[in-house]
Amino acid sequence: MIEVTVNGQKHSWDGDPALPLLWYLRDEAGLTGTKFGCGAALCGACTVHVDGEAARSCITAMSAVAGTKITTIEGLDPHGNHPVQKAWREANVPQCGYCQAGQIMQASALLQQNPHPSREEIRDTMAGNICRCGCYQRIETAVHLASTGT
Amino acid sequence: MENLIAPRIEIVSRRAILRGLGITAGLVLAAPVLSRKGMAAYATGADKMPHGTVNDPRVFVAIAPDGTVTIIAARSEMGTGIRTSLPMVVADEMEADWSRVHVRQAPGDEAKYGNQDTDGSRSTRHFLIPMRQVGAAARMMLEAAAAAQWNVPVTEVKAVNHEVVHAKTGRKLGFGALATAAAAQPVIEVSQLRLKDPKDFRYIGKGTVGIVDLHDITTGQAMYGSDTRLPNMKYAVIARPPVVGGKLVSFDAADAMKVSGVEKVMEVKAWPWPSKFQPVGGVAVIARNTGAAIMGRDALKIVWDDGPNATYDSVAYRTELEEAARKPGDVVRNNGDADAALKSADKVVVGEYYLPHLAHASMETPVATAHVADGKAEIWAPVQSPGGTREDVAKTLGIPVENVTVNVTLLGGGFGRKSKCDFALEAALLSQAIGAPVKVQWTREDDIRHDFYHTVSAERIEAGIKDGKVVAWRHRSVAPSILSTFVPGAKHEMPIELGMGFVDLPFDIANIRCENPEAAAHTRIGWFRSVSNIPHAFAVQTMVAEIAHELGRDPKDMLLELIGPARLVDLGPSVKDLWDYGEPLASYPNDTGRLRGVVELVAEKGEWNRPVPKGHGLGIAVHRSFVSYVATIVEVAVDAKGNLTIPRVDTAIDCGTFVNPERIRSQIEGAAIMGISLAKYGEVTFKDGRAVQGNFDGFQVARIGDSPMVTNVHIAPSGPDVPPSGVGEPGLPPFAPALCNAIFAATGKRVRNLPIGKQLEGA
Repeated sequence: MIEVTVNGQKHSWDGDPALPLLWYLRDEAGLTGTKFGCGAALCGACTVHVDGEAARSCITAMSAVAGTKITTIEGLDPHGNHPVQKAWREANVPQCGYCQAGQIMQASALLQQNPHPSREEIRDTMAGNICRCGCYQRIETAVHLASTGT
Repeated sequence: MENLIAPRIEIVSRRAILRGLGITAGLVLAAPVLSRKGMAAYATGADKMPHGTVNDPRVFVAIAPDGTVTIIAARSEMGTGIRTSLPMVVADEMEADWSRVHVRQAPGDEAKYGNQDTDGSRSTRHFLIPMRQVGAAARMMLEAAAAAQWNVPVTEVKAVNHEVVHAKTGRKLGFGALATAAAAQPVIEVSQLRLKDPKDFRYIGKGTVGIVDLHDITTGQAMYGSDTRLPNMKYAVIARPPVVGGKLVSFDAADAMKVSGVEKVMEVKAWPWPSKFQPVGGVAVIARNTGAAIMGRDALKIVWDDGPNATYDSVAYRTELEEAARKPGDVVRNNGDADAALKSADKVVVGEYYLPHLAHASMETPVATAHVADGKAEIWAPVQSPGGTREDVAKTLGIPVENVTVNVTLLGGGFGRKSKCDFALEAALLSQAIGAPVKVQWTREDDIRHDFYHTVSAERIEAGIKDGKVVAWRHRSVAPSILSTFVPGAKHEMPIELGMGFVDLPFDIANIRCENPEAAAHTRIGWFRSVSNIPHAFAVQTMVAEIAHELGRDPKDMLLELIGPARLVDLGPSVKDLWDYGEPLASYPNDTGRLRGVVELVAEKGEWNRPVPKGHGLGIAVHRSFVSYVATIVEVAVDAKGNLTIPRVDTAIDCGTFVNPERIRSQIEGAAIMGISLAKYGEVTFKDGRAVQGNFDGFQVARIGDSPMVTNVHIAPSGPDVPPSGVGEPGLPPFAPALCNAIFAATGKRVRNLPIGKQLEGA
């Protein structure tokens, strides 16, 4: 039996311990905000926080997160008003929007560790998150906006 | 733990909308149907699309007693913002307050909503007028209801921001209070409709309205195709034949069945190649969650018969295409005598260009959920073609089309891939077979290895120069056609491919000859954002820069000289079956004045010929596609190792009258990124009939570090009298040639083959 805390709620899983966290969240726990993009930690669409750090849930086995606290996009802020989420709306970042949960989780983890990243630091940290629509310019703007409040 | 989330993108099933209208005293229930014709100041090709357009307000608008206005979005949302833009048009015309508007997504039902094929950059161009008519009719019916209630002439009342006002007496009634009475009003005849004066628009053309899904997207609540969850739903992945046209010989599921969570392994019905949009078959693993299904599939042992395409090899095929481009082919355009003019030219500039297959690689891979029971099918899927999907599901299952409901979710990207409904058909077949709801999830490898690929092409252009002028132009384009996905043995580009920047060349040259040698397809070819414009524009716009260099001319001046004076290009009998994006030339002529206009606009705003640092260069390209005009200037910087960065991009677009400039900007910004992807990295190659690349390590796309430091978008102010034209696709074709022309300016290295890859190392 694997126990994890997801968005403040206790969950237990007695199925395959090798199951990637992504599919537990989406298919077993019904938290579909976290997205599948590549299954190989190449695109960042599945990014969640494990004990506060950004992690790619598509390659993270359930056995590896036993006893941890996981935050998904649904739990980032009770009202969806995390500074990063607000900045994202302010900058009208999304096009199709599919990758944005992963982008927002990556950006919020970045700002947690580095509240005022430079442009290069933003580009370095967000390099693992692909947006095929090409919202990168606005992602950069929004992360900067969230970091400065301006 | 089961915690089903109700879809937040509201799906309008036919039953639900009837129920909804009944409860909310929906606007106008019993009145004659509006004429589809009339009113439009310009004709479009909309009537030639299946089911044309619909402008009946009863289909698109409902008003609740509390004043909430529900507007139906019938086109698919894949990131262009159309789910916001067209309802916004209705709201503007009817004087609804956008903050009190609720948008609902229509299911696939083209008889009711009009054509729903969300492709070809057509939505605004075909539906701007019908949606304005819907809004105007709703507004006038609300006004008529208020006038009747006050017993005053209707000319004395006016709808303003969600209420109807009688100025003389200062009386006001809200839309909610008028809903029932408005519903009893006769529908206004199209000939009697008064559209708003464009100067009174509150939303159209302003760019002040955010997309309706913005909050849900940023909080993880937006519902994509992958997010559908139904009670007792099973999760499936499919192992498909690795070579197109291949067949399943046998499989051993013993190890797969041992994987925890796997419940069933079964064969999927296959259609012979060319299979159109039908499934290619394979072996499905059905499980309690997607992860288990994937692990189960990994454990399958399968024997395939690879079939006739097993020898498809991209290296050999490239040679075939390039050799074909050096020999005459079918003449698809002829003006004057290009062959003779090339012979007598002072100099002939020759350019050979090669562009490989591309995968769409939308961030949401193909995915669909189906529930087939009691002779009925309900589908939830991110499809660009809900109407076609509905028909194909009916045909595939052998049930009447009325028994199929296709619920359109948000699309996590489309780019043309989701115009093909094969993944929805797979889900329908599996649900029918096991008698439970099934979600079929494609992995990224499935997506990249079983795509309907962008074509691969060799382009060869010879330009004859005499007395410093271009007097002859011979362009050969060789590429497997999309037609090959439908018709066995198709070897020539169709009019819809030839018309994409090839035979419609708008240059003022006396002798022009376009030829299309044959090319057989060995994989599935499909539409990819901007389609054949990609290779055609790359070849033409690179060639212009090559000629400029040869003659020592400024590339922008050379471009304008080749375009020639402002005129409407009349190809006359030089092209048979000219296809102009399905539009009548009277409304959408090939206008070199507008083409010049975007070149001049981008040159001015983009500061063409500004001084740039050493190692930097500027490149320019222009292209008309989807009846819009787009010019791009790219500034590139190439370092000593050949790494390129893009300090600045300027793009000018003339798309006629426009609805949402904020989303035009986002589409153009995105087109630059997709252009960078295909120019720097994009390539799917085949070996032994199999796609070599399978994920984002092999099939690389642009990441944030590749992004331009600045992208400026300049929208030509055409005014309300110019018909709207495409936005989603036209930004892409000029980007790669502008980038590669900039690379030449920076390094002297001419890129003629994409992707750039490592070509700049040591440049």
